Amino acid sequence: MAVNEAAVGKRYPATTYAVGREKIREYAHATFEQDPLHLDLEAARRAGYRDLVAPPMFCVVYSAPALAPAILDPEVGIDFARMVHGAQEFRWGPLVVAGDEVSTEVTVKAVEERDGKGFFVFESVSTNQDGHTVCVGTWTNIVRGS
Amino acid sequence: MAELQPGAELPELAVTPDRHLTIRYAGASGDFNPIHVDEEFAKQVGLPGKILHGLWSMAQVARAQTQAGGGPHTLRRLSVQFRGMGLPEREVKVTGTVREVRDGLAVVDTVAEQDGTQIIRNAEAEIQI
Repeated sequence: MAVNEAAVGKRYPATTYAVGREKIREYAHATFEQDPLHLDLEAARRAGYRDLVAPPMFCVVYSAPALAPAILDPEVGIDFARMVHGAQEFRWGPLVVAGDEVSTEVTVKAVEERDGKGFFVFESVSTNQDGHTVCVGTWTNIVRGS
Repeated sequence: MAELQPGAELPELAVTPDRHLTIRYAGASGDFNPIHVDEEFAKQVGLPGKILHGLWSMAQVARAQTQAGGGPHTLRRLSVQFRGMGLPEREVKVTGTVREVRDGLAVVDTVAEQDGTQIIRNAEAEIQI
């Protein structure tokens, strides 16, 4: 399959996500988190956090709005019907808590063809309101050839 | 909290997602791809039925690490490969072994499997110790 390597390096406008307490609880329940830091406000405060703590993988929630325009970009040219999520990496900085505003910027890191498959790699960098990098994600999508 | 020395095994995490889990996770994560929430659609595209979100399974791998490390702050990095597919109503098991300890981090080789098939493989975590 032909891929458009010209999209490599392309950046998309940052999106900002306001982290809500009940959204953290909803995510924690759906992923069976049991640590009270994600569920019990008093426990989180006793542990020294300002509010409920987001589980590390909550990064998928605050990053998603920034990823969508990159994955949908016609210049990148992903064929959804043939796309699978191949691999994922996250590196975390300070924990995110309810009340944080996390801004995420996405870049196209790689577009290449190997063994008849297209590999599309995106990087997301998420920064909190204090300027700390809270998460860097590397998202690898694989598109099977026709 | 587990003793994270080279060769140590993480406490195994076993979880059985219920029938409606994928719908709750779709709402929580915002990923409403019909292969995860619509039984009929999933079958039409050749799947056995609604399949688990890969990122939900990755969250179970993450949870095994934070439980072993002693809290969400201990997980510094997690990289995974998604393979095959997970299904609701069947047990998912996460296991892991500490490969090495360097710079105050335990490097863990970890996988998630269901019915003996790895649904997350070649995963590597770094846990602060």
